[in-house]
Amino acid sequence: MIINEVKEKIYEIGFDDIIEIDAAPNGEPIDYRDLNAMIHARTLKNCKKIVLYNICGQRFIGAALQGDFEIIINGVPGNDLGIFMDGPKITVYGNCEDQVGNTMNQGSMIINGNGGDVIGLSARGGTIYIKGDVGYRVGIHMKEYKNKFPIIIIGGTAKDFLGEYMAGGIIVVLGLKFLPDGSIIDIDQSICGNELGTGIHRGSIYLRTDEKLEDKLGVGAKIVEFDGKGKEEIGPFLYEYCETFNIPFDLVINKQFQVIKPISKRPYGGTYCNKMI
Amino acid sequence: MRWENYTSLPETFRNQRVFDGCGISGLINIDGTRISGDTVIDMLCILKERENGLGAGYAAYGIYPEYKDYFAFHFLFDNETAKSKVLEYLENFGSVIQSEPIPTSLSHEIDNPPITWRVFFNPISERNQDEAEKIVQIVMEINENIDNAYVMSSGKNMGVFKGNGWSHEIADFYKIREYKAYMWLAHSRFPTNTPGWWGGAHPFNLLNCSVIHNGEITSYGTNRRYLESFGYKCTLFTDTEVIAYLIDLLCRRHKFPISIATIALAPPLFDEIEKLDRKSQIIIKNIRATYRSAMLNGPFSIVVGNSDPIPTMMGLSDRKKLRPLVVGISEDENTIYMSSEEASFNRLMLINNRLDLKEVWHPKSGTAVIAKLGKGLIKNGIENPLKKRTIALLEVA
Repeated sequence: MIINEVKEKIYEIGFDDIIEIDAAPNGEPIDYRDLNAMIHARTLKNCKKIVLYNICGQRFIGAALQGDFEIIINGVPGNDLGIFMDGPKITVYGNCEDQVGNTMNQGSMIINGNGGDVIGLSARGGTIYIKGDVGYRVGIHMKEYKNKFPIIIIGGTAKDFLGEYMAGGIIVVLGLKFLPDGSIIDIDQSICGNELGTGIHRGSIYLRTDEKLEDKLGVGAKIVEFDGKGKEEIGPFLYEYCETFNIPFDLVINKQFQVIKPISKRPYGGTYCNKMI
Repeated sequence: MRWENYTSLPETFRNQRVFDGCGISGLINIDGTRISGDTVIDMLCILKERENGLGAGYAAYGIYPEYKDYFAFHFLFDNETAKSKVLEYLENFGSVIQSEPIPTSLSHEIDNPPITWRVFFNPISERNQDEAEKIVQIVMEINENIDNAYVMSSGKNMGVFKGNGWSHEIADFYKIREYKAYMWLAHSRFPTNTPGWWGGAHPFNLLNCSVIHNGEITSYGTNRRYLESFGYKCTLFTDTEVIAYLIDLLCRRHKFPISIATIALAPPLFDEIEKLDRKSQIIIKNIRATYRSAMLNGPFSIVVGNSDPIPTMMGLSDRKKLRPLVVGISEDENTIYMSSEEASFNRLMLINNRLDLKEVWHPKSGTAVIAKLGKGLIKNGIENPLKKRTIALLEVA
């Protein structure tokens, strides 16, 4: 009987319900707790698409949400966007702040703008696609297990400590610049900051550049050649990224990539006997 | 001033703490247009996740044009005795032009506020002594030796308004919206290691220099001992105090331009210095060696306002970028905004489309953003801090 009741309820509300929420009625932004409670209530009613307008720094949007639905954000979401998220798709039209995809488990995130610091920290799965530049400590302590791994693709540049203590997953930095007239060129500055991949012990960082990265390498990281295997690894995701942001795939793939890998699985294993293994 | 009185948390917020960092906001109008406090209050109050009701404050530059030649003292007194003692003490060193309470509106949200008082003061010029130096001595003497009295600010044509409460409560308490200033700094506090009390709220001020700070200065002990050797007394139980005094030391006493002072506060790492040309290496290494004890360690992002000699706003984050700082510039390039979060700018856009930003960017860690009145954005915080222009400035200095 109970099952029947649930089924009736689903039928009543429907699957393709789109709900729009104005997060700043009369210009006054609502509290993040109220906003998240609203989103939660809607998702429990099988709403498949939630469109948020006038977002202004509300934190924890999409926190710990599970299921297959989409959240579209217009504005600047606050810290910890999609924290512990497990499945949904979040699209942001605007810049975002720090800690996007904190400990994310599954799902996808598309940022049509720049990102802040510490994106994808401790992420365990899912994809984060960012069109513009990102800040410091992106992909810190990402991890992977068997077939489950997180992917971060950055269109612009990254700053210091990219992939710090990385324990799995893939980070790709493309070094592209999007001009106001719609054309796409390669950047003329450095693609990443210093301490690249410090303490990395699994996973890989792909950088689309021909600049010398030796000086920027952190402890425990090394540069390896970009071979067919690497192409196979990032190819499908890169293709999806290019489709998402309307970037010609040939332009992206036809340039030298460099790959950062760990020198060992346990870079600090020898800490107490003064050597690196 | 005793701080024990003002450390209790308002009953309503006792069980509602969300642990996070402080919020900072600031803006400067390059052409000197004075605007009301509304803008900066809106920028700050949207960052309500970054405060817990234990302190907020505002610094405003250009608010007393009719008294612009006199030093404006803002005081906090616990009782009437302290007030009469301080006013008596001031009479010894100059003439009090005006002495009056700071206009406040008391609401039920602020419990037990101290007496807030302001004095416009003209020191007697003595031979061989700088006016500013005299004021510094007076401030240090009041803070250290007169019980229950504390100086909030002591600059010309500017003032600091701060207290223990949420940012919107303090704004209402001091009627911040009624003041007009060309440069505003605002801070909401989330005290971590030090008590939340009226004197410990930011901005910290000495003469014309005010500092707002998010983070913690782990080198406080070193900095404090270093400053004590120059006669500064740290009496306010809060680490940010040393930044205000360090900038006073570097920029006023040692006459460095602010861009060089920032190298002393957040010097580049030695392996970064090695990559520069020889001349820059010598300069930076000398600054690092001379001002070793002035270096700030630990996570911080600060915004500094200084109106002497040219009104300047400077934003700086620590070298490892452990605290956020975002900068924005208006469409007409007349207003520079700084904040902890981009939400501040977005907030202004939501209200009557008041803001149209040309660009928003995250400055590089350990690199200063400097905007000067009449000159515009001198440094945007993205370029290398050690380019030729900086060295030329040093030679002039």
